[in-house]
Amino acid sequence: MDKNINITLKVWRQKGPKAKGAFETYKLKNVSQSSSFLEMLDVLNEQLVSEGKEPVAFDHDCREGICGMCSLYINGHPHGPDTSVTTCQLHMRKFDDGAVITVEPWRSAGFPVIRDLMVDRYAFDKIIQAGGFVSVNTGGVPDANAIPIPKKNADLAMDAAACIGCGACVAACKNGSAMLFVSAKVSQLALLPQGQVEAARRAKAMVAKMDELGFGNCTNTRACEAQCPKEVSISNIARLNREYIVAKLKD
Amino acid sequence: MTQINSKIPEGPLADKWRNYKDHQKLVNPANKRRLDVIVVGTGLAGASAAASLAELGFNVLNFCIQDSPRRAHSIAAQGGINAAKNYQNDGDSVYRLFYDTIKGGDYRAREANVYRLAEVSNSIIDQCVAQGVPFAREYGGLLDNRSFGGAQVSRTFYARGQTGQQLLLGAYSALSRQIGLGRVKLYKRHEMLDVVTIEGRARGIIARDLVSGKLVRFAAHAVVVATGGYVNTFFLSTNAMGSNGSAAWQCYKKGAWFANPCYVQIHPTCIPVHGEFQSKLTLMSESLRNDGRIWVPKKLEDAAAIRSGQLKPTQIKEEDRDYYLERRYPAFGNLVPRDVASRAAKERCDAGYGVGSGLAVYLDFADAISRLGRKVVEERYGNLFQMYEKIVNDNPYETPMMIFPALHYSMGGLWVDYELMTSIPGLFAIGEANFSDHGANRLGASALMQGLADGYFVLPYTIQNYLADQIQVPRFKTDAPEFAACEKQISERIARLMSIKGKRSVDSLHKELGHIMWEHIGMARNADGLRKAIDMLKQLKSEFWSNVLIPGSGADLNVELEKALRLADFIEIGELMARDSLDRQESCGGHFREEYQTPEGEALRQDEKHSYVSCWEYNGDNEPLMLKESLDYEFIVRQQRNYKN
Repeated sequence: MDKNINITLKVWRQKGPKAKGAFETYKLKNVSQSSSFLEMLDVLNEQLVSEGKEPVAFDHDCREGICGMCSLYINGHPHGPDTSVTTCQLHMRKFDDGAVITVEPWRSAGFPVIRDLMVDRYAFDKIIQAGGFVSVNTGGVPDANAIPIPKKNADLAMDAAACIGCGACVAACKNGSAMLFVSAKVSQLALLPQGQVEAARRAKAMVAKMDELGFGNCTNTRACEAQCPKEVSISNIARLNREYIVAKLKD
Repeated sequence: MTQINSKIPEGPLADKWRNYKDHQKLVNPANKRRLDVIVVGTGLAGASAAASLAELGFNVLNFCIQDSPRRAHSIAAQGGINAAKNYQNDGDSVYRLFYDTIKGGDYRAREANVYRLAEVSNSIIDQCVAQGVPFAREYGGLLDNRSFGGAQVSRTFYARGQTGQQLLLGAYSALSRQIGLGRVKLYKRHEMLDVVTIEGRARGIIARDLVSGKLVRFAAHAVVVATGGYVNTFFLSTNAMGSNGSAAWQCYKKGAWFANPCYVQIHPTCIPVHGEFQSKLTLMSESLRNDGRIWVPKKLEDAAAIRSGQLKPTQIKEEDRDYYLERRYPAFGNLVPRDVASRAAKERCDAGYGVGSGLAVYLDFADAISRLGRKVVEERYGNLFQMYEKIVNDNPYETPMMIFPALHYSMGGLWVDYELMTSIPGLFAIGEANFSDHGANRLGASALMQGLADGYFVLPYTIQNYLADQIQVPRFKTDAPEFAACEKQISERIARLMSIKGKRSVDSLHKELGHIMWEHIGMARNADGLRKAIDMLKQLKSEFWSNVLIPGSGADLNVELEKALRLADFIEIGELMARDSLDRQESCGGHFREEYQTPEGEALRQDEKHSYVSCWEYNGDNEPLMLKESLDYEFIVRQQRNYKN
């Protein structure tokens, strides 16, 4: 049964990208365990505002685990201690009375801090812009059932497409690698006949962009997979490597 | 009744759109490069429009308030998208999709618009498949379908419980391709605060860079607003935290008519409210009603025992359960439209049969699990069941889900003509931001259809009919006096908000607004309550403008200021919703006036008096004016909606 708990928060505060940041400690009383982690931060911010202080800046939007906007490195885990959820779906029942909770932004060279817990993940968009699409214009495409696709491939493509672009994989990785993110998109499109036409070009372009933007190499430690809120599998990285090698061999 | 020209093309219903396209003006490729279009929003409508316009050769400036275009709230749509493909050979057709949508909207939408929507629905599925959207498939490799409310055919295409996500990522990939090619310039973390008009035409916007806090001017030959709906007026809704009605509201204040504000949709299957800190409500997809059965206990004492924790739902015998939708609506059963299902849940809870806190009913999968096996149910709804379990801490495979209606979608919005242009020339509105296709109630899986229809297949045509006359107009400079005046007004508004330094947080005032809305302008409305609400909203407005507290500075990243600017508009939107509800002395779709119901408690329309679109015109500090666009049904006969037999 959910109850109310008292907690201590250590929250990273940083005025801007260049400013020096530090942890601030806050105490919160009577937090309902039924509330989500972000609702708990709402309560903290309400308290700060009422004291005339600036609230903690953090990204969030849909609050149902799909938009990928919320982030937060909680007690050393991207999206906190629960598995297969984003921070917005993490609930306070995962914490005990008297808990000390450390909250940090994603820490990665690819994601500079904007303010407090808010980071800039535009690098992910740039990688998609480099090749994460099928080059078709609106209109003039064949009937949707013209090309049958084996259910197994469609399902695997969907598994990869479930990526929400939150960046937890990068935050979890010691090298700050974006391989899981890149491989999910490359796999989704390589598994479908519509995407196969450009598969080689796509794999090369996206990997090149990822390297250019300062993301590190894959560590092969599977930390990304373990922390991914959508359980995107590292088998996608294996598929990306295959696609990439084949593409390079063709050059 | 005022004659409003909605520019419906002549001819038989099935020929109108083709006739329009055959005769509209176009812009040649060389001229397209010289024309700039602003698209505000990157959801299904905004992203698909921005990508398609750029593919055609226009210069597009695209804006979103989030850190990436992929975050737009279309991403959260779960269940599916309708199309009249008739792949299932179950009798579907363009006409039937048109008819179901008109009927589902309780005969308050334009026939020509809805027919066009049904017509282009098939192209949307083709387009998405070509983009690599991984729709669900059968073992033979062809696309699978399921059923949604208000239809007797299976015409809904889906990608597990994440259809909105996959469709949005498809549109986002098309948009990303155009950004990479340099044809779309993207402005992320930018919020449109006003539209700039020059000589009566929309010529640009003023946006606030949410990171630096600076106001920035942007000029273009046309402006497209794709900023979604306004149900966050209610504070608690299924919309994202940032979803707001401000862009549309500022267009209204510049002279664009706001149509049918009273039509909002209350979705029957959401996770019930847990407490006062709740920040939003989570939807459980309508697709669950394909296999889930909705019930409450038949006996009041059982309901009371469940509420006090003495009985579990699984202990209630089959004969003591009231499957009230199957009882009341045998023909459609659990798949009645959303407005009907929501009111039926409220009726049972008001009568004392509610479970949980008293404001909840059961959605039970026991039958489906014994019929299909747990694996099949998991395949169909696994992510939704997981989401439910994480939020509620209850396993829906073993015990029924608890659900309750919640605010979900706004059918009302900026008035647009057949070309999707508002009453301000050069200002267009697409997707949920406009009012056009869903009448008084939207059917499930039709929002994705409409957003993408507008963005991929309608606006890219109709906007050219306007832009063809603009090819001689040189690019605008943003130092024009109209831009300066508009920016000055916004700076003053921000300065005024910052200077209040009162005692109340934005959220506390927003919650108060939500209570007024839910109490008086929610699922059941009446004249007394609405009048009272208008007074209360006026008081709340003055409380807001005299007692809100916003820390920090206006010229900096300031989340509280962002929320305050939106809340100022929500309060005014709420008042217009109340006015519109008061005017509409009938019940139709999502608008239920207690004074107008059949003896069985169904919505009772007043076609003689209220067969119109209410178009509200801003009138400064005075009461707004209302114009009426008459809805004349040429092709189908209006009936009392019947889902019983």
